[in-house]
Amino acid sequence: MDAQKVVTIAPRIRVRALGKIFGDPPHQVEALKDIDLEVCDNEFVTLVGASGCGKSTLLRIIGGLEYQTSGEILSGGKPVAGPGADRAMVFQHYSLYPWLDVMENIRFSRRLQANRGELTSADVEMASGRAEALLNLMGLPTMAHAYPNQLSGGMQQRVAIARALMGRPEILLMDEPFGALDAQTREVMHDLILHVFKLEKATIVFVTHDVEEAMYLGQRVVLLAPRPGRIDTIYKVPLPGQRHQDMKHSREFLDLKKEILQRIRETSGMKTDSDLLEQLSRTAGSQ
Amino acid sequence: MASISLARPGIWAIRGPMSQRRYWLFAAIGLIAPIVLWWLVANSGWVEKVFMPTPGSVWSRTALWWTEDNLLQDAGISMYRVTAGWLLSAVIAMPIGLLIGTFRPVQALLEPLTDFVRYMPAVAFIPLVMLWIGIDEGSKVAIIFIGTFFQMVLMVAEDVRRVPAAQIEAAQTMGATRMEIIQLVLLPSAKPALVDTLRITMGWAWTYLVVAELVAANSGLGYAILKAQRFLQTDKIFAGIILIGLIGLVIDQLFRLLHRRAFPWMHKKS
Repeated sequence: MDAQKVVTIAPRIRVRALGKIFGDPPHQVEALKDIDLEVCDNEFVTLVGASGCGKSTLLRIIGGLEYQTSGEILSGGKPVAGPGADRAMVFQHYSLYPWLDVMENIRFSRRLQANRGELTSADVEMASGRAEALLNLMGLPTMAHAYPNQLSGGMQQRVAIARALMGRPEILLMDEPFGALDAQTREVMHDLILHVFKLEKATIVFVTHDVEEAMYLGQRVVLLAPRPGRIDTIYKVPLPGQRHQDMKHSREFLDLKKEILQRIRETSGMKTDSDLLEQLSRTAGSQ
Repeated sequence: MASISLARPGIWAIRGPMSQRRYWLFAAIGLIAPIVLWWLVANSGWVEKVFMPTPGSVWSRTALWWTEDNLLQDAGISMYRVTAGWLLSAVIAMPIGLLIGTFRPVQALLEPLTDFVRYMPAVAFIPLVMLWIGIDEGSKVAIIFIGTFFQMVLMVAEDVRRVPAAQIEAAQTMGATRMEIIQLVLLPSAKPALVDTLRITMGWAWTYLVVAELVAANSGLGYAILKAQRFLQTDKIFAGIILIGLIGLVIDQLFRLLHRRAFPWMHKKS
């Protein structure tokens, strides 16, 4: 087992010539085209792009929740066929089980294993220790027996992250997990997820439409362009591993942010929109 | 009153606020007013007693029914029929609805068919049911079954379909199998909605009970109402209708109680 691990320097996730077409022949939409991407162990990669660029679709294909129409995905060297416990996913909302309390939600993956008789009592004990540790890591030690609908949106997402980490997935897939939170809560969640990333030595692929979020969290920012969804540019974020909020005001950070935003605008066809606006205001002025 | 502070919107504002006490006050008025109105009309002499009995005579008729005509037995047999028809329908509709709401091929196979059958009037099946099953207990249960089953299947399917996709997908990315998702996600997630569906269909079962008993029975509350008509005992017709309403109300409240007890997580708010 160990020897094998030394030999495999292969990336954790490898996406090769991936394509996705939605729909049946006369009304087909090409959502993704020729995607090549590698995510290494203990790497934090963020996916950004204009809406309709297929970033969520790509993440869901990696998670096995959608299937690709061409190309392949390797997780730990093995082809992905459907969802699995090696690729846990955190959703934007509505993914917690409201009938289970916080602790039961976090332990859900262990309950699956216990159901199948895959766990010894020692395993169960260890799992309960891990669940406690995750609860503390998420800053929710007093919330163990609260139900999800008693928690704020930010707290609910912390539980969802803890639940996803519980089964020690090879990779954590996050689909706009903070998209529904207010700005202050998001900042707190950003530092929390970076802390988790370091402590758990996790590998994370994170989808967002917020460029600042993508840059603050990611080591690499992958920009996708729409119609058909494809990788446009991969940016390396010029920030040290240990990050703090002030870095968002640094010259390098702001410059890159401007560049990425500019590029998203170019790829999304929004430029033609502004041309159109200009044209409209000109005709309005001439009247 | 001229006041600088913002006034609390009145109870007649659109979706305006209302205190709990006021709410119950209005509810009491809503319940008592019709009875008072009834009492006034019945005692005024505008309407013949045969057409509109007084509340008092309905009450004494109910007492008489209880002491001499075995009201308890009538109510008991009716409750038995309703429960049997409704339970039979629930036992079959639950798994079928679950399958329709879970697997697309089953949905395609059964949902359009069910949608079609549910528009056929259950009452029109009575002659057929009597031909096939006869006029004993089975036929009443069958009519209640026909009246509730098809609606119930569609409602159960919808309850299962309304489970958020993220709940299912989260389980999938934790490695859950299809069976595990059905057992540990779909069923517990849909359970509160399913209990509501059972409560609502129970109400419909009572409607069909009266239909079944009006046509072919020699016992039960519906039959008592029919017989009272023959003897022009309007007060007994009133008594029967009110009794069925009260039984329905009690059952409905019991279901609501069960809902609160079984799903504390829904009713607990921070």
